[in-house]
Amino acid sequence: MNTFYNEILTEHNVHPTHKHELSDADITLEGVNPSCGDDIILSFKVSDGVITDGAFSGDGCAISQASCDMMLDLVIGKKVDEAKRLSEIFLRMIKGEVTDEEKEELEEAGILSDISHMPARVKCAVLGWHTMEEMLSENE
Amino acid sequence: MTREEERIRADFPLLSKNNVIYLDNTATSQKPKKVIDDVAEFYRTLNSNPMRGLYDISVRATERVEEAREKAASFINAKNSSEIVFTRNATEGLNLVAYTYGEEKLSEGDEVMISISEHHSNLLPWRLLCERKKAVLKYFECDETGVFSLEEFKHALSAKTKIVAMSAMSNVFGRENVITPFVKAAHECGAVFVADGAQSVPHVRTDVSESGVDFLAFSGHKMFAPMGIGVLYGKKELLEEMPPFLSGGEMIEYVHRDSERFSAPPYKFEAGTMNAGGAAGLLSALQYIDSVGFENIMKREEELSEYMLSGLVKIPHVKVLGSDEAREHHGIFTFTVDGVHPHDISEIMSSKNICIRAGHHCAQPLHEFLGVRSTARASLGYYNTKDDIDAFLKTLSEIRGVMGFMD
Ligand SMILES: Cc1ncc(COP(=O)(O)O)c(C=O)c1O
Repeated sequence: MNTFYNEILTEHNVHPTHKHELSDADITLEGVNPSCGDDIILSFKVSDGVITDGAFSGDGCAISQASCDMMLDLVIGKKVDEAKRLSEIFLRMIKGEVTDEEKEELEEAGILSDISHMPARVKCAVLGWHTMEEMLSENE
Repeated sequence: MTREEERIRADFPLLSKNNVIYLDNTATSQKPKKVIDDVAEFYRTLNSNPMRGLYDISVRATERVEEAREKAASFINAKNSSEIVFTRNATEGLNLVAYTYGEEKLSEGDEVMISISEHHSNLLPWRLLCERKKAVLKYFECDETGVFSLEEFKHALSAKTKIVAMSAMSNVFGRENVITPFVKAAHECGAVFVADGAQSVPHVRTDVSESGVDFLAFSGHKMFAPMGIGVLYGKKELLEEMPPFLSGGEMIEYVHRDSERFSAPPYKFEAGTMNAGGAAGLLSALQYIDSVGFENIMKREEELSEYMLSGLVKIPHVKVLGSDEAREHHGIFTFTVDGVHPHDISEIMSSKNICIRAGHHCAQPLHEFLGVRSTARASLGYYNTKDDIDAFLKTLSEIRGVMGFMD
C-alpha cells in the first residue's frame, strides 16, 4: 500500500532508539497533545552546554513517536543552541517554509516535510520538538 | 453493489457524488436529498420568524415547526407534543436539564448517579452541577463488554440519589442499555432518570411512555436531519415546574418593568428565534425514516453489522470492544490494532478515502476504565454497502504491514 508511512518512519516507531528510561537526567518535561492524547516525556543530560544524552517515553501515534526519535538522533551530542536552531528549522519545515539546504540539516527528520500538507497531523509531528524547545528555554 | 444498495445510495447526494466510504455514522449521519431540499424549500418559500408573525408565511412557518414537534413526539411515543422542547442537539438538552431541574432540585450532600460509559455531554453537565451544589457524583460501572447489572445498579442507588443519567446506547460499545427496569428502580428511590438518546433514538425503537423515562435528549443530525436541531423530551409535570433555561424573547407571555410571566412548556425553554429551518429538516428526516420504514433501517443495520463483525474477528491483532454478538452493535464497532495507534489507523484509512474515527470518542473516563488509551471506531449506517465493509476490512488487514510489523 502506498502511504505516508515509509520505512524510515515505521522503523523509528516500531524500534525507536531513544525510547527508554534515562537515569539521572538533568532536565525532563512532559508534552501532551490533548486533541489526540499523544503524550511524551522528554529527558536530557546536559553538560557544558552540550546535550550529552536524551531519551523519551510516553504514548502516541507513529508520527509523534518517530518524530521524537529522529529528533533525538539529531540533537544528541550537539550544543543546546544548535538544537534550538534545528528545532526552529523543523517547525518552519512543518509550515512549508524551508529551503532544501535547511531540510538537509534535519537529516532523517526531513522526511516529515510532507506533514505541511496534513493539517490534522501537524500537532503530532511537532510535539517532541515543542517540548524540547520549551525545556531548553526554561533551563537557560 | 446490489440494486437495493444503489437505490438507497441514490437518496444521499454526498455518497453518490463523492468517492468516500463513510463509516463515521455515529458522529453524524449523511443527509437525504429530500431533507436538504426541504430545508432549502423552507427558506425559499416560508422564511419568516415563526411564533411571532400574524401574516400568512409566518403562520405557515409556525405550522411547520409544530408539525415537526408532533412528528418528533410520535416518533418516541410521547403523549403530548408539548413535552418536546427543541434544542440545538443532545448536549444542549442535557445541559438544559442540569441547569434547570438540577439547579433547582439538588442540595448539598445529594447524589447524582451516572454510568461510566457516558459521553462527555452526559457527564460534564452533571459533574459541574455537583460542584456548584456540593453534591456527590457517583459512577456505576459496566462489565468490560458494556453490560450493566440491574442488581448492582439498585445497590448503588440511595435515598440521596436525586438524578440518574445514563445513555440508552453507548457510542463506544453500540450496545443498547434497555433502560426501562433502571428507570423503575430510580423512581422507586425517588430519583428522576435522564436518558441520553443520541445513539439509541436513531438505531432502536424508543418509547418514552413505556420506559417512563423523565427526560430524553437526542440530536437530529445523527438521524438524517441537519445539524443544529435536537430534541429534549421531558415529562409534562416536570417541565411545568422547572425554571427556564435561557430567557428572552419567545419564552414569555408578558414582560413589564419589574415582572414577567413565562410561557407554558415547551416554549418556556425555547428562548429566542428558533432553528425553524432545522425543525423543517427534522420533520423531513422523520418522514424519510417513515418512507423507508424504521424496521427496514434496523434490519439493514443488523445485516451489515453481521457482515462487519464476521470480517473483523478474522483479522489477527484486531480487538473489538463490546459484545461478540453482531446484533448488539447497532452498526458501531470500536476496536484496536495491536501496536498501531488509532490515529495512524485512521490516517491510513483516510489515504483510501475511508472515513473512520480515532481517539476517545468523547468517552475518556470509559477508556480509562477499560484501560485503553484510545481506540478507532468504524460505524455503519443504513446506506453503507458490503463493498464499503470489504474495502475497510482489506485496508485494516494490511495496516500492521504498512506500519512495519513483519507478521
Ligand atoms: C452517546 C452520545 N451522547 C451525546 C452525544 C452528543 O451529541 P451532540 O454533539 O449532537 O450534542 C453523542 C454524539 O457524539 C453521543 O454519541
